[in-house]
Amino acid sequence: MLGLFAVAVGLVITAVAGFLTPGVPGGIVNFTGAQPSGQPVNLTVQTFGAIGTGPHPTWVSYLVKSPQGQWVHSTDWELPANTVINMTVIQYDSGSPLRNQQWGQVTGTIGNTASVNGKALSQYDSNSGNGVGHTFTVPALGLDIPLVAVPSTSKNICGTAPCASSFDHNTITFSFKTPGAGNYSWQCFVPCGLGYLFGNGGPMSTQGYMGGFLKVVA
Amino acid sequence: MSPQNSKSEVGHLRRIAVVWVVVSVVADLLFWFLVGPHVPPGRMTETAINNQRTFNILFVIALPVLIGVWVYLGYAATVWSAKRDGAPESVGGEAARTNQKAQVWWMSVTSVIVILLAVYGFYAVVVEHGSGGGEGPNPVWSPEGAIQAETAALGGGSSWTPGHVLVVQVIGQQWKFTYRYPGFGGFESDQLILPNHTTIAFNVTSLDVIHSFWAYQLSVKADANPQVNNVAYTETKQLGSFVVRCSELCGLWHGSMFNDGRIVSQSDFTNWATSTQTANAANTAHLPPFAWTYVPDANGASGGFYPDGTFTPYSPSEIYGAKSPAS
Ligand SMILES: [Cu+2]
Ligand SMILES: [Cu+2]
Repeated sequence: MLGLFAVAVGLVITAVAGFLTPGVPGGIVNFTGAQPSGQPVNLTVQTFGAIGTGPHPTWVSYLVKSPQGQWVHSTDWELPANTVINMTVIQYDSGSPLRNQQWGQVTGTIGNTASVNGKALSQYDSNSGNGVGHTFTVPALGLDIPLVAVPSTSKNICGTAPCASSFDHNTITFSFKTPGAGNYSWQCFVPCGLGYLFGNGGPMSTQGYMGGFLKVVA
Repeated sequence: MSPQNSKSEVGHLRRIAVVWVVVSVVADLLFWFLVGPHVPPGRMTETAINNQRTFNILFVIALPVLIGVWVYLGYAATVWSAKRDGAPESVGGEAARTNQKAQVWWMSVTSVIVILLAVYGFYAVVVEHGSGGGEGPNPVWSPEGAIQAETAALGGGSSWTPGHVLVVQVIGQQWKFTYRYPGFGGFESDQLILPNHTTIAFNVTSLDVIHSFWAYQLSVKADANPQVNNVAYTETKQLGSFVVRCSELCGLWHGSMFNDGRIVSQSDFTNWATSTQTANAANTAHLPPFAWTYVPDANGASGGFYPDGTFTPYSPSEIYGAKSPAS
């Protein structure tokens, strides 16, 4: 009887532990030292509708291009402090309106502007057009960029990551300056956790999918 | 009990009382003047000042009770301690087991203290307009001018000028607070800037789960519930910055859900608000009309939005952003 109970407890613990640690590969991708000190750092990521691998192949997520040029599944990036980051987001996902249109405004970037496929963007009306796929937002830095979606009617949407540039995408670029050393969380403000309450469960509530840390080091 | 005994008991009691009164008065005075002004949440707003005073009054009443226990213990331990040479114990035993007089006094005095504090607490909540706490959608203890300001805000035609109540809407969302200023065209910002010497009416709501707006140094705390407007008042008194934290565990990035706010002069505030109103105008045009609460979409990305397009203008509820399907 006691043995059965122990087995049951063990199963519950395993299940809970499995739920809490969804096994995010990639670790922290280090961008310090990739450039001479003080020089701008280039950071390229892609975001898409389904990661394709791992414990949650259907979840939305990000890949980051490591300084060695490989696509890595990680949302924790180590960046040098007080340095300009030139960020490129290749956005392959379709979109929806924002729950809060406030995130449609570009804030916190150098010049409070971004560019979508070479065209300047300071604000995007998520209720019209293709909507917003995700946002790249660092609340503590006041940094927010709506990642404009590809049309949901497109016949050429990337199914699973990593996505080749032959699929429909928007290239969003912007620059921001890192503050002093610290860990700054970033997240998406599109309720893109499809099928979860308020759209904020699943990938929105799991480290390594729709959010992570800028680990800024001096 | 011999007359001899009774006399010496009175002597003990008098000695204990004198020590207790002297130590209590000194400790209370030291606390009130040296520690009191630094007690959280500080003195940035009327509610902070009042809550600091309430805490200090509580402490000044509690301190003599604590000191009374310590003095009695100390006295008993030194004067009435058991003799080492095997002499009979002088503390404990029959005399110490039941002292009805002492019990009645102890219970009466502490009961009176607790009841008085409860009366004082009710009084403070009423005269301090909710004492910085959320009063729900229909606050009964509104400061002067607040109802007019809020009615105007909902009508969409309000404009704030110094000397009037400033309506600020606090919108909780997983995982950031944003702020809407109906007195300036209803723009939204991730910054909370407030004018000094102004009564603020915080209208707190949420777009998803339950959050809680806690502006620590302002001594304002109000739960942010979806589709509920929770109103809290304070009056700014001091320039400086303060911290806003979410104090309701709300998911993965709950710990990141904080921001700094600032109290600035009335002219600095007007400058900031008007320039932000201009800078954000393009985005403000796409926000839903200002309303007390907003209906969140049910499921996020491409699934199960609440029906759109049927609400009447300035109804208590507007659909926030989710004008779906995107056309
Ligand atoms: Cu997202
Ligand atoms: Cu929260």
